[in-house]
Amino acid sequence: MKYVDEFRDGVLAKNLAASIAQESRPDKTYRLMEFCGGHTHALSRYGLLGMLPANVQMIHGPGCPVCVLPIGRVDLAIRLALEHDVILCSYGDCLRVPASEQMSLLKAKARGADVRMVYSALDAVKIATQNPTRQVVFFAIGFETTTPPTASVIKQAQASGLKNFSVLCNHVLTLPAMEAILTQPGGVPLQGLVGPAHVSTVIGSQPYQSITSRFRMPIVISGFEPLDLLQAILMLLRQVNEGRAEVENEFTRAVTPEGNRKAQALVDEIFEVRDSFEWRGLGSLPVSGLKIRAAFAEFDAELRFPDLVYRNVPDHKACECGAILRGEKRPQDCKIFGTVCTPDNPVGSCMVSSEGACAAHYTYGRYTDSKGMP
Amino acid sequence: MSKTKSIYVRPLDIKQGRVDMSHGSGGRASAQLIETVFTAALDNEYLRQGNDGAVLPLPPAGSRLVMSTDGHVVSPLFFPGGNIGSLSVHGTVNDLAMMGARPLWLSASFILEEGLPLADLLRIVDSMARAAKTAGVVIVTGDTKVVERGKGDGVYISTTGVGYVQGTTNPSGNRARAGDTILLSGTIGDHGMAIMSQREGLQFESAIESDSAALHGLVAAMLATGADIRVLRDPTRGGLATTLNEIARQSGMGMVIDEAGIPVNKAVAAACEFLGLDPLYVANEGKLIAICAAADAAMLLAAMRAHPLGQSAAEIGAVIEDASCFVQMKTKLGGRRMVDWLNGDQLPRIC
Repeated sequence: MKYVDEFRDGVLAKNLAASIAQESRPDKTYRLMEFCGGHTHALSRYGLLGMLPANVQMIHGPGCPVCVLPIGRVDLAIRLALEHDVILCSYGDCLRVPASEQMSLLKAKARGADVRMVYSALDAVKIATQNPTRQVVFFAIGFETTTPPTASVIKQAQASGLKNFSVLCNHVLTLPAMEAILTQPGGVPLQGLVGPAHVSTVIGSQPYQSITSRFRMPIVISGFEPLDLLQAILMLLRQVNEGRAEVENEFTRAVTPEGNRKAQALVDEIFEVRDSFEWRGLGSLPVSGLKIRAAFAEFDAELRFPDLVYRNVPDHKACECGAILRGEKRPQDCKIFGTVCTPDNPVGSCMVSSEGACAAHYTYGRYTDSKGMP
Repeated sequence: MSKTKSIYVRPLDIKQGRVDMSHGSGGRASAQLIETVFTAALDNEYLRQGNDGAVLPLPPAGSRLVMSTDGHVVSPLFFPGGNIGSLSVHGTVNDLAMMGARPLWLSASFILEEGLPLADLLRIVDSMARAAKTAGVVIVTGDTKVVERGKGDGVYISTTGVGYVQGTTNPSGNRARAGDTILLSGTIGDHGMAIMSQREGLQFESAIESDSAALHGLVAAMLATGADIRVLRDPTRGGLATTLNEIARQSGMGMVIDEAGIPVNKAVAAACEFLGLDPLYVANEGKLIAICAAADAAMLLAAMRAHPLGQSAAEIGAVIEDASCFVQMKTKLGGRRMVDWLNGDQLPRIC
C-alpha cells in the first residue's frame, strides 16, 4: 500500500528504536503521555511498547471519545431510544458502552429499540430523510475531529428543512482535558506529551503553546503510524534532555500551525462552549464541551425532548477507568481487569473502544502480565 | 423425469415469478417448485426417487464415517466469487475435509422468504449443483419451507454432509504440540472483504473476489504425503486470529506467528486499512490452517504449493508451551503483541 507501507517500515523502525535507546539517559525516567486513544491503540497494535527502553514509559491519556463519555450521557441516548421511539444513530463504538442498570445501546436494541450503527453523521441524515414519520437522533461524540462533520450535517438539515432530525451533542475539547490532567492534585509527574494527530489537523499546532508555556511541558504532535510515534518519542526525549518545552510538529504532512480554518469557522457557527461538561474520570470540567447554538436549537435533541434531563451516575465501584484516564493507574492495576471486566463484558468504558487503554492492553498486551490470565 | 402426464396446468414462471406461501404448503405448488427448480438442477438417482430420505451404501470397510452441518445466512445472497448456493456446498464440504474426510453426500434444507424471485432461487440452486458436481459430492435429500415476507432474508440454506476417513488420519484441534509448525494455505480476508464491498452503505469498487472453494482436494494431496497432519481447520468466521486461538485453547498450547509471513492480497489489505478492519479477523471460505511436526513442514508445504488452491501457502509460525494459550505475533515493525479472539462482531452475516 503506497503511502502506508512507508510509515510501517521495519528497518526504519529498528533504527529509530536504536536512536531512542541512545538518546535516553539511564539515570532518568521519561514518563510520556500519549493523549490520544488512536496513539494508545497504535502503540499496542504495532508492538511498539516493547521496543522502548525500560525508562521510557508511555502513560495512556484521556483522548478516547468513548472512554470519557460519562454513564449519564449514554443513559440519555438509551432513554431516547427506548422511551421516545426514536431511531437512534450512533457510531459503532458507543453501542457497547455500559450505562446504568447494566444497560447499553446494544442491549436496548435487543429489547426492541431502533438503534442503528452509522459510519458517518451523513448516514443519520439519510436515515431521517428516508423515514419522515420517525424522529431520528444522531448520538454525536468525539473531540475536535468529529465535531466538523456534525456541524456540517446540522447545517445541511436546516438548509433542507428536515423536521425529524436532531443531535444529542457530546462533543468535547482537547485543551481543557489536557489542562485538567496537568493540574490535578496527586497526578503522575509527566515529562512530555504526545499531541493528537487528527485533532491537530483541525485546531492546528498553535493552541498547544498555552500548555507548553504555562506548564513547561514539551509537546510533540504525532501522526498515527508507528514510525510517526517512534519519531515523536525521540523528539520528546531530545526536548527533555535539552531542557526545552516547545510545541513541535512531527505530523507536518497534515498539521499546520493554524489548522483547518474552514472547519473551525463551521464549528463556531453551529456550536458554542458549555459552561461545564462532565467527563468520565476527570469530573466536571469548565468550558470543556460544546452545545448547539440557539440559532440551530431545533436540531438539539436535549431541547426537542424536554423531559430528557442529565443525571450524574457514579461509575462501578471497583472500576478504575477514572484513575486510568487520568494516567494514575495502568489497566493491569485494576482489580477487575481481565476477570470481571473484559471486552466481551465491559464494566468500564476503557474496555469498550479499541482506543481505550484497557481494551488495547487486554487485546494486544496482556500476555506480558505476570498473572498470565487467559 | 417420469413419463406420467404433468399434474401442473401451467409451468412455473421462472422469469417473473416469486416464491409465495403456497410453495411451502406441501401441496401441488410445493411439488412443482421442487421438481422444476431443485430436482431438475440437482438431478441424481437418490433425489429422483422422491422419497423422504436417501438409502446410501456403506463406505469402504475399515473406514470411519464423518458427519458435519452448517447453516448459511449470508447477506447479500450474491457476491463476487460466489453466492449462498455455492457457499452452502463449500461450507459443509470443507468442514468434512478438515476432519481429513472424503466427502460423499449432502442434504440441503431451504428456508425461503415469500417474495424471493424464482429466477434468483434458480441461480442459487444451479450454482449449488455446479459446486457439488465440481466437488464430487451428491445432494441426496432436501427440504423446503417458506416463511412470510419480512421473516427471512431471501433464503437461508442449511447443509449437512457425510463422508469417510481412512487409516490413521486423525486431524484434531487438540493435537498441536510445542515445536510444531503452523502452515496457511493462502491469502487471508478475501471472502469477508468481497462481502463487505457489496454491503449497502459501504459499497466500494474493488476487484476482490470471495475465495469460496471446496478444499478436500487440497487436503487429499496433503494427506498423500504421509505427513502426520495434527490439526486442520478452515479459518472462516472470526478469521485466522480466532481460529488459531481456538486451536491453542483446545491443545493447551501457545503460538507465535510472524506477521511478515502471512499472505494478504493487496486489495484486501487496502480495503481493510480503509475500513479500519484487521485482515487477521476477516473471514475466509477457501483457506486452511495445517499444523504438523516441524520435520514434516517442508514436505507438506511443497504439497500444498503444488495444488491450485495452495499456491501461495506459507509457513506462518510455531506452537509453543504456554499454559495461558496466548497467540503472540512478531509484528512487521519488529515489535511483538498478542493476537486475541475476535471481540464482538466485526462483520455480521458473512456466511
